[in-house]
Amino acid sequence: MSARTLFNKLWDAHVVRDLGGGVALIAIDRIFLHERTGSVALKSLRDSGRTLLDPSRVFCTMDHIVDTLPGRGDSTLMPGGTQFILETREAAREAGIRLFDVRDPLQGIVHVISPELGIVLPGATVVCPDSHTCTQGALGAFAWGIGSTEAEHALATGTLRMSRPRTLRVNFEGVLPPGVTAKDMALALISEHGSVGGNGYAVEFAGSAVRALEIEARLTLCNMATEFSAVTGFIAPDEKTFEYLKGRDCAPVGAMWDQALQQWRTLCSDEGAQFDREITLNVGELAPMVTWGTSPQQAMPVTGRVPDAGAAGSSAEAHARALGYMGLEAGQALAELPIGAAFLGSCTNSRISDLRRAAAILRGRRVANGVRAICVPGSMSVKRQAEAEGLDVVFRDAGFEWREAGCSMCFFAGGESFGHRQRVISSTNRNFESRQGPETRTHIASPEVVAASAVTGRITDPRSLVPIHDLAGSNLAGGPR
Amino acid sequence: MEAFTVMTAVAAPMLRDNIDTDIIIPSREMKTVSKTGLSAGLFAGWRYTAIGGREPNIEFVLNQPAYAGTRILLGGSNFGCGSSREHAVWALHEYGIRAVLAPSFSPIFQGNCIRNGIVPVTLGAVDIAALAAYVTEAPQEHRVTVDLRNCEVTAGAQLRYSFALEGEAREMLLEGLDAIDLTFKHRAAIQQFIDQDRRVRPWIYQGA
Ligand code: SF4
Repeated sequence: MSARTLFNKLWDAHVVRDLGGGVALIAIDRIFLHERTGSVALKSLRDSGRTLLDPSRVFCTMDHIVDTLPGRGDSTLMPGGTQFILETREAAREAGIRLFDVRDPLQGIVHVISPELGIVLPGATVVCPDSHTCTQGALGAFAWGIGSTEAEHALATGTLRMSRPRTLRVNFEGVLPPGVTAKDMALALISEHGSVGGNGYAVEFAGSAVRALEIEARLTLCNMATEFSAVTGFIAPDEKTFEYLKGRDCAPVGAMWDQALQQWRTLCSDEGAQFDREITLNVGELAPMVTWGTSPQQAMPVTGRVPDAGAAGSSAEAHARALGYMGLEAGQALAELPIGAAFLGSCTNSRISDLRRAAAILRGRRVANGVRAICVPGSMSVKRQAEAEGLDVVFRDAGFEWREAGCSMCFFAGGESFGHRQRVISSTNRNFESRQGPETRTHIASPEVVAASAVTGRITDPRSLVPIHDLAGSNLAGGPR
Repeated sequence: MEAFTVMTAVAAPMLRDNIDTDIIIPSREMKTVSKTGLSAGLFAGWRYTAIGGREPNIEFVLNQPAYAGTRILLGGSNFGCGSSREHAVWALHEYGIRAVLAPSFSPIFQGNCIRNGIVPVTLGAVDIAALAAYVTEAPQEHRVTVDLRNCEVTAGAQLRYSFALEGEAREMLLEGLDAIDLTFKHRAAIQQFIDQDRRVRPWIYQGA
């Protein structure tokens, strides 16, 4: 057989029927829902008198609207949020699907708990009415975000009608310098190739720098494929993937594990496989990245200065508007901008390795006066693990709020926000206008940059704060089980 | 779903790039677990003078009398990026929008449009700018026609562009078909796939 790309293998293994015109009926192995968009799908399905094809392969969590304040319950700071929680609980119960409810010890952000529990598996198709579902491609799955109507379709039929995306391989080559992470790789890619650079493509992340990443860092990289406008991002599974999955709650065991492993080992792009497009980036010279504008493509090294109007990838008008919104002038040094808040969390960077790296910078230090700093673990399992390691004490002693798991202030739902014109350094994935609250000014960066900036009260290159040998890079292994 | 064949209507230019779904409908406007009642929140951040308020901002294009009855939007690139929330499309539809013309769309938003009777038309930025210039001269008179049967956009005597929309999406919009009903025709094939796949990849079906 001719050489095939990993994507072609994933696609072909799930074609139930070719519908012609490049469209196929694709089998869906796992469906994940959350209380914000999943509840609509469940409710609408029920109202149309249809049922779920296979409830045992459908999961639901409470992550978006649920409060993250200590001692939380069903009431929310978001007006009307309780209704979403109650309706989701009711609909999930009726549908007979597994729900990670507000007080479930396994509750957390969908894209954090799905890998953590081994719900996503190599070679599986995974969908969720959430744009960051691509995160889960890091385990060698075909995972992508859909709308609620498509979720309904998947729930009812176990399939989706889909046109086959083109294939793009992004090769990251070289060795990441200390203090530079998967987050910086994602931001470098998007700033160089634009926020529509991946439009229409299923993107395979490959190359020596990707192979070197631990699983949690790979999740961070794939997370931002949607900011690249890609259909999905994914990474061929390898021994690290299998090691990570082994023994997780929903992963296969015994003879079935061995059988799965045998099949998973075939999940790679064959030598000589043809992609519709390939690009290569060298990571050897990368620096920690920070966004300065209101699109993830408006990112640059933390050592840089706000670019002049007309810089690549945006019109002069868009550039001026971004500067106006962010309260910046061309030529200003990024590292020096005073911040009002620091946010560590989200499905991009809220896993145990993210928290460990931030804590390494915060240990023995304090958040600058006037800076509101918040750490929100991605799951209750991450939270417990962090507490077992004493990281919560490090965060608290430094002056961080220590929260329950959830999306929290990654986005503004009408409840909590950072406030008007507040400048926030954030480990999240979107810096759109008002994403974290009306007129809030979001700068996206790695957990290292967030921690270092919280300490100085200004956007800060973490390498200027910690002797370089203390920075672990993004290769800390681990993760709670 | 309502079928779409040909429509001639007022078109409003909103040419900025990266109009994300939170701009189309801010999170705070998604107050219920429902697909309806969302149009009041459409473009709320731009449309009203204050956050959460309802006093119209007269600067905003859709609030201008010249653009009354707008059913077509002319957008910038990466239209509908960001959150997957289908509420953005439900709000547009409820407001009366039936077609969005843009140089590129976020894939999730594009799929949501097709499933809700809104035609996502991909045209070059230059062509969209030409349409916008024409429309702006006299929005009520200079209407735009979107013809899905012939995959063509026309306006006035001069402007005529063809666009592509892959077969099934076009058919679903033209016929107003419900995708779930269509797929149920393949029930036997789905069951056959599962029965076979269960033997090849039993770990997917172990009751997880
Ligand atoms: S953490 Fe943020 S980006 Fe991730 S799923 Fe939640 S709201 Fe979306």
